[in-house]
Amino acid sequence: MKSQKKNIDRRSFLRTSALAGGGMIIGFNLFNACKPKVKPAIDISKLNFNDFNGFIKIADNGMVTIFAPNPEIGQGVKTSMPMLIAEELDVSWDNVHVVQGGLDMDVFQRQVAGGSQSIRHGWEPLRQTGATAKQMLVNAAAAKWGVDAKECSVENGVISNKKGEKLGYGEVVLDAAKLEVPKDVKLKNPKDFKIIGQDVQNVDVDEIITGKSLFGIDFKREGMLYASVMRPPAFGQKLVSFDDAEAKSKEGVVDVFQFGDKIAVLATSTWIAMQAKKNLKATWKEDTTLESTEDHDKILFDLLAGNTFETLRKDGDINKAFKEADSVLERTYESPFLPHNCLEPMNFFADVTDKKVELVGPIQTPAGTANRIAKELERDIKDVSLEMTRMGGGFGRRLYGDFAIEAALISNIAKKPIQVLFSREDDMADGIYKPAIKYNISAAIKDSKVTGYHLKEAAINSNMYGLISNFFPAGAIENYQVDIANYKSNITTGAWRAPYTNFLAFAEQSFFDELAETMDVDKIQLRLDLLQNVKGTTDERIEYSPERLEAVINEAVEKSNWGKVDKNTYQGFAAYYCHNTHVAEVADVVMEAGVPVVKKVTCVLDCGIVVNPLGARNQVEGGVLDGIGHAMYGNLEFKQGVPQSTNFHNYRLVRMKETPKVEVHFIKNEIAPTGLGEPALPPASAAVANAIKAATGIRITKQPFINASEKIFG
Amino acid sequence: MAKFKLQVNNKSYDIEVSEDTPILWVLRDHLNLLGTKYGCGIGQCGACTIHLNGEPVRSCSLPISSVVDNSITTIEGISEAGDHPVQLAWKEIDVPQCGYCQAGQIMTATAFLEKNPKPNSDEIRDAMHSNICRCASYNRIEKAVAKAATANS
Repeated sequence: MKSQKKNIDRRSFLRTSALAGGGMIIGFNLFNACKPKVKPAIDISKLNFNDFNGFIKIADNGMVTIFAPNPEIGQGVKTSMPMLIAEELDVSWDNVHVVQGGLDMDVFQRQVAGGSQSIRHGWEPLRQTGATAKQMLVNAAAAKWGVDAKECSVENGVISNKKGEKLGYGEVVLDAAKLEVPKDVKLKNPKDFKIIGQDVQNVDVDEIITGKSLFGIDFKREGMLYASVMRPPAFGQKLVSFDDAEAKSKEGVVDVFQFGDKIAVLATSTWIAMQAKKNLKATWKEDTTLESTEDHDKILFDLLAGNTFETLRKDGDINKAFKEADSVLERTYESPFLPHNCLEPMNFFADVTDKKVELVGPIQTPAGTANRIAKELERDIKDVSLEMTRMGGGFGRRLYGDFAIEAALISNIAKKPIQVLFSREDDMADGIYKPAIKYNISAAIKDSKVTGYHLKEAAINSNMYGLISNFFPAGAIENYQVDIANYKSNITTGAWRAPYTNFLAFAEQSFFDELAETMDVDKIQLRLDLLQNVKGTTDERIEYSPERLEAVINEAVEKSNWGKVDKNTYQGFAAYYCHNTHVAEVADVVMEAGVPVVKKVTCVLDCGIVVNPLGARNQVEGGVLDGIGHAMYGNLEFKQGVPQSTNFHNYRLVRMKETPKVEVHFIKNEIAPTGLGEPALPPASAAVANAIKAATGIRITKQPFINASEKIFG
Repeated sequence: MAKFKLQVNNKSYDIEVSEDTPILWVLRDHLNLLGTKYGCGIGQCGACTIHLNGEPVRSCSLPISSVVDNSITTIEGISEAGDHPVQLAWKEIDVPQCGYCQAGQIMTATAFLEKNPKPNSDEIRDAMHSNICRCASYNRIEKAVAKAATANS
């Protein structure tokens, strides 16, 4: 198990300053704090506080404003990260007001860093920020009283001394801001946590349920034009020419122009822009090969059968193990391209003038995107400002700033403030998809033991990252090898919630069930037996903890009543480690009118300390249902480079009646927390497939399940 | 372009747009009522759900010319202070993840509970099946509708 220790130099990210209007702010730069080995790109000492990506503001009346450092895409960090600060600051959550590093029209230089956005990375620096501020406030009170700071205590933002005197944070905040930043602050013992571990509601819930403007699509500016963009209909096509006479004749259309291989339509409303785009007559030509799904299938099968692999991990000698095996099990698993389908389609605002480049919108990578735009427009990065809005979903799609770059390019040509909005059809057809991937897995069995394991991946464009080859069952099987191969396509692909593991977990956890059936052993016991081999390993590459994986498995067996349910319920099991979190899931399936229906999923997770159980359960519930939904229905095919799904009438997303109840259990411990946005998703599809096998006798090896076999879903 | 008179959240508006303009875009681009969301434009996802004379409708597929002389209610209009029982239930259950679909979900739920104040679980699941939540907060949506219904008992 790798150490997660981080060498954090507090002096590099903590600064305080008295506010002109009263109160104190304490700033920290999470981006740099998270990456101790990365040299800061900017000289922190020369920044003002608006340059920091998070800070605390304490007003004279004791009210605390905590600026949430990271983009909010629905994963709850706008709530949970400030909780970490508030905990160590020792204030009542009721007195805390959380603000996203929001729009500040006066400070165009504001550069917000993305960096790692998880609780795992924020755990230490955010608590240290709170603890440091608290210590300074205590030091100020102690100086005022002429007592030793060690004799003072704090509760809910009120400092007390031994004589019983009290001072609120607001009363000492101005003095505190003038003090030196202490170097050695003590963090709380987890047993003393008052906010961490409590159910805290989403800080934006009031705005969400009343329809306040929060999202990128809601951003408006006086004089702003709405831009609709026509892009090549097929991957591999280029623009030859276009006729915009009809589009331009429409009332409300302000301009139509080409940029690159795209055509922008600018209008006075979204509707006019979208309609006028349909009036464009464009001619396209083939530039690179127009690819189809059947081509990809053949290419990926050929890769799996070929010898162009790169080896990610090799233990022992698999060839020898397979040669000496009593029997060999080999299976191939297949998954399609998937669009992200964030419910808020891609959009961005840009106002490019001679003086500045102003960008506003939903983006997971604000700093990187601002830099790319500066480069694209040949502008100094100092001229570029980018503000994050709340995001109507991300799932990886908003890591890529293509839509923000489009907005900047269009505004640069039009010299007007504009908002680019993808229609749903644009969003689905111009995606950066989860690539199609196929896995081939073989296991060697000798003397009733698994002696060899060979995982081969064939993927479009890019392969699993190296760490994944050190996930379970790495270290558990003597002869073990992971090989990867890929084909470079002109179809754009990228990260999709739990990249690679979202389908690899399905393949491997389905395979282990088949392996147990072949070996005629208990399915869960097979996994537990393998985990015993990893305990006490000296292999530092192993990413997971066998003890923690074993614990979630045992807990899932108990909580799901594994093997003890009524005879009409069929259960399927899966356990997986990814994103530093250990998860086990059990799916309960019943047959209704001859069709398997998932009724319940029991999910047990070890993510260390659960910062906000209310938000954490929401992530797990959603992750499990998202995993099931996409495994059941998700499928994007291509014909001659053209995506064959265009909108939700021919791309099926999971809906209420298709969703089971998700029961969530966390292992209680005091280990530093890890992320929850992704790890519940990967094992869900395998648990369901294994339950469907139990219910129907049919093994599904290909997603989407709905197309797997007419015998199952009719 | 043509002139229209609209009743939205008990206020009267004069609008000049082309007659095929969906109410969704009138609300968002012309009246600055941004709570109603665009998701698909073809009435499939429900993010744009509003009430037309109390009935839930998909505002993305409803041209302005078809709704004059009708009363429109949007998420901004279902309560003065965000305290409609459905909103309160949404808050207590802490339903939202990204939050983008939730206005549409709430509009579907409020219209449904008007018609069926004491629904059972199957009826809730039937009614809410029409709205997509990409974050899949379905367990909580179901719970929140059931919770809101208890205010009717």
